[in-house]
Amino acid sequence: MKRGLDAPICLTWELTYACNLQCVHCLSSSGQRDERELSTAEAKRVLDELRDLQVFYINIGGGEPMVRRDFFELLEYSVGNGIGVKFSTNGAFIDAEKARRLAAMDYLDIQISLDGVDAATNDAVRGVGSYDMARRAMDNLAAANFGPFKISVVVTRHNVPQLDRFKALADSYGAQLRITRLRPSGRGADTWHELHPTNGQQREIYDWLLKHGENVLTGDSFFHLNAFGESLPGLNMCGAGRVVCLIDPIGDVYACPFVIHDEFRAGNVRDAGGFSRVWKQSDLFLSLREPQSAGACASCGSFDACQGGCMAAKFFTGIPLDGPDPECVGGDGEHALSVVAPGTTPKPAMDHSKPVMLTRKKIANAV
Amino acid sequence: MRRLLSRTTTEPVVSVALDSVLELHPQVAVRPEPFGALAYHYGNRRLIFLKHPDVVRVVQQLAEHTDLAATLDACGIVPERFDAFVTALDSLQKSEIVRERVIAG
Repeated sequence: MKRGLDAPICLTWELTYACNLQCVHCLSSSGQRDERELSTAEAKRVLDELRDLQVFYINIGGGEPMVRRDFFELLEYSVGNGIGVKFSTNGAFIDAEKARRLAAMDYLDIQISLDGVDAATNDAVRGVGSYDMARRAMDNLAAANFGPFKISVVVTRHNVPQLDRFKALADSYGAQLRITRLRPSGRGADTWHELHPTNGQQREIYDWLLKHGENVLTGDSFFHLNAFGESLPGLNMCGAGRVVCLIDPIGDVYACPFVIHDEFRAGNVRDAGGFSRVWKQSDLFLSLREPQSAGACASCGSFDACQGGCMAAKFFTGIPLDGPDPECVGGDGEHALSVVAPGTTPKPAMDHSKPVMLTRKKIANAV
Repeated sequence: MRRLLSRTTTEPVVSVALDSVLELHPQVAVRPEPFGALAYHYGNRRLIFLKHPDVVRVVQQLAEHTDLAATLDACGIVPERFDAFVTALDSLQKSEIVRERVIAG
């Protein structure tokens, strides 16, 4: 599988950079719409291609995908062409009527983002009012008999102690819990150092996943923790450009959703040959499918278990790609981080954050 | 009516044997890959790697022959490998990639 697949099995498609929220860890620095975003017709052409490639399902995200006026049109077009859809949302637009409409559709999964089991923990990361927003969407989906939707949690220092309560919350809805790793991508680069789980918490997450792994989804994002011993369920490899990729709102294709940077941009769906050519022939993806060097980790006995960790996490913290993961459980990440020269970490290719309101800026300056 | 993720109660619980009469589950798509194929079940969302081209051929021809043994014969599988295929098909039945054949009528 490291040699790549004929078509991706985990394709994320961010439909828009527009978002009603401004989460401090947003991996795509979303906020404002980009005027170059794909039109409805262009998006449908991409879906036609994915159908021909026999892509089984796509993961739709953003920004907030439901702010697109053609959201339901694209959803129905995709499912109608045999491409299942899993979409991530903050829930703001799932009122009772939309919940019923979603519940009537086949081959659709919904992930509601929630980063704390209480408003205080969640809203500190996702913004004031976002906890109530997400819970209202869950209530509406439950009332509409949607079935088992997913509650999607980015694991931070502040919510590791809440893992059991997240599970209980999901169970109370008959929902499925999904927890994923915080990456220093997008605005996450600015907040990662304060938000990422501590070394002690890494062990806690690992033990918790070993206990609950079968019933909790992870997007296989915690494979760096396999260096603790027994492997967690999943692919246990970085899938970037091999089984995974990202299509961003303006059609750029990146190796994975967490590396929106020129260095990992393989092409654009508007280029001649479309997505298919980018997936099958781009220099970047072909090179990612070559055997990768273990570099500084070659002599470490845990390399087979952790595979050197996450490419995006290394890249945006300034660690060489053949160096250790910044959250290496053997402690090598801390040393690698300590030798990164200040101000040298790569910046994301684009920033669609909303401008900071002047009034807020003044207050911030006055403090 | 929305099809849910949960298992349906009509699925068989009988283990696969050489005389099992099977078919590819109608909600499963099989996509060829260099190592064999990927099978995806649109109902339970399971993605299964079929890591040998022989398994792929057998799975795709199940419905064309009287039973599993006849399918294996037709695909040129030598009898020494039959046990391994029974085990593999049993596992695929548990994942609902294949199922007991439903005779239309």
